[in-house]
Amino acid sequence: MIRVIDLHKSFGGHEVLKGINLELDTGKITTIIGGSGSGKTVLLKHLNALLLPDRGSILVDGQDIIELGQKKLNEIRRKFGVLFQGAALLDSMTLYDNVAFPLREKTKLNESEIQKKVEENLAQVGLAGMGYKFPAEVSGGMKKRAGLARALVTAPEIMLFDEPTTGLDPLLGKSIHQLIQKMHAAFKFTGVIVSHDIPEVFKISDQVAMLANGVIIEVGATAEFLNSSNPIVRQFIQVETEGPIAVL
Amino acid sequence: MTFLIGQIGRYAIEQTAGMGRTFLFLLSAFAWACRPPTRLRLIIHHIRTIGVESLSVVILSGVFTGMVMGLQGYYSLRKFNAENFLGSAVALGILRELGPVLSAFMVTGRTGSAMAAELGSMRVSEQIDALYSMAINPIQYLVSPRIIAGLISMPLLTAIFDVVAIYGAYVVGVQLLGVSSGSYFAGMELSVVFKDVLSGFLKSVSFGLIITWICCYKGFNAPPMATGVGQATTESVVACFVMILVWNYFMTSVML
Repeated sequence: MIRVIDLHKSFGGHEVLKGINLELDTGKITTIIGGSGSGKTVLLKHLNALLLPDRGSILVDGQDIIELGQKKLNEIRRKFGVLFQGAALLDSMTLYDNVAFPLREKTKLNESEIQKKVEENLAQVGLAGMGYKFPAEVSGGMKKRAGLARALVTAPEIMLFDEPTTGLDPLLGKSIHQLIQKMHAAFKFTGVIVSHDIPEVFKISDQVAMLANGVIIEVGATAEFLNSSNPIVRQFIQVETEGPIAVL
Repeated sequence: MTFLIGQIGRYAIEQTAGMGRTFLFLLSAFAWACRPPTRLRLIIHHIRTIGVESLSVVILSGVFTGMVMGLQGYYSLRKFNAENFLGSAVALGILRELGPVLSAFMVTGRTGSAMAAELGSMRVSEQIDALYSMAINPIQYLVSPRIIAGLISMPLLTAIFDVVAIYGAYVVGVQLLGVSSGSYFAGMELSVVFKDVLSGFLKSVSFGLIITWICCYKGFNAPPMATGVGQATTESVVACFVMILVWNYFMTSVML
């Protein structure tokens, strides 16, 4: 389980997170929604200490990762897989090498075992036979799928998805959601998705939290969340321009 | 008045903190270089990028630097009937000063800027975050191999620059202007001592460090926005040029 306790973060005097409290259940997918610039990605990057808070704690399986030294932090980070917004594939490597990279760096598998795993993972995300291509030679959707294959190749316990469908057409977006669902069924990871792909993302979420004004204003099981009476939540999930959220 | 003093103080603190971060970055790169795994393949790759791929521009600049030195040296020395000292004048100038400095400038322009742009773009596209998230230290993976490659490549490039420039001056001075070949090389042999070669070598090693250190630091810490890459590249090139000239003066004054 991941617990976020009273998390505060400011950038240049602007307080983005103003005391986040959130619990992410093991084996479940939690989606964090919120307007652009509300701090969703900032919150996500705190979960594996890519960003450090000004105040507050992040407990991963009971251990506060903010206070850990580099070695222990790396051990915790190995539990995580991350799908970045732009996939963050290493430009200088082919898709195959990108997926093989964490295995070569962090495991003692030999090259034939690595090859087997990489090809299996590429096939799972629909990229069988495409491993020889470089990130610059493939579409945004293929990059995301390769990024997903790379994140999952070490079978992480926790997966973080930073806007996995942003920049993709609705069909590709849907296919990425289906892929996340399929991979979740196969790997049983704890998932955290940051997204504003509403309502599609709700279909794959067990829990939804909404971030607004630097705090979590509502959190609950997806069905409960969708019936929330909070006017900010209602305006956001019903995609209405009139309401408490100032759109322009 | 208080406001002005405050501004000056803030600026001084920011600059000092920036210098501290830059030195810590270098220390961290060295510390990570000493820890396993040894990234030999990456080091060789960067030696190819810094060394082999800069070779043509270093040779070209070496040839023309040598040729212009031959030309200028000849006409200056002729006023004192000292054309026979052309070889020694060229060799000392090239080995001690121009070889290390100009080849460092060429490498900064050719490879240092590309290095800053590459790391800056990796920062902007979250590739550096991706390395952290895979529990791979980006300083060990991206920076340390480049610094080691710079330390190895720069003296070799400088040596090539030196040889090419000396032959460039030979072509102009001996072949075109008629200085005797024997006196050109004999003068060189008499005046150049090991300390001159050592001075050039040490300068080139330190320039290799300066270029890779500054360019990696600027690229690695590029602001995560589209303009960040351009800013990091420009700043790294300017900072390298200035640092090379300042450090060159310092080393010359110590090693004379």
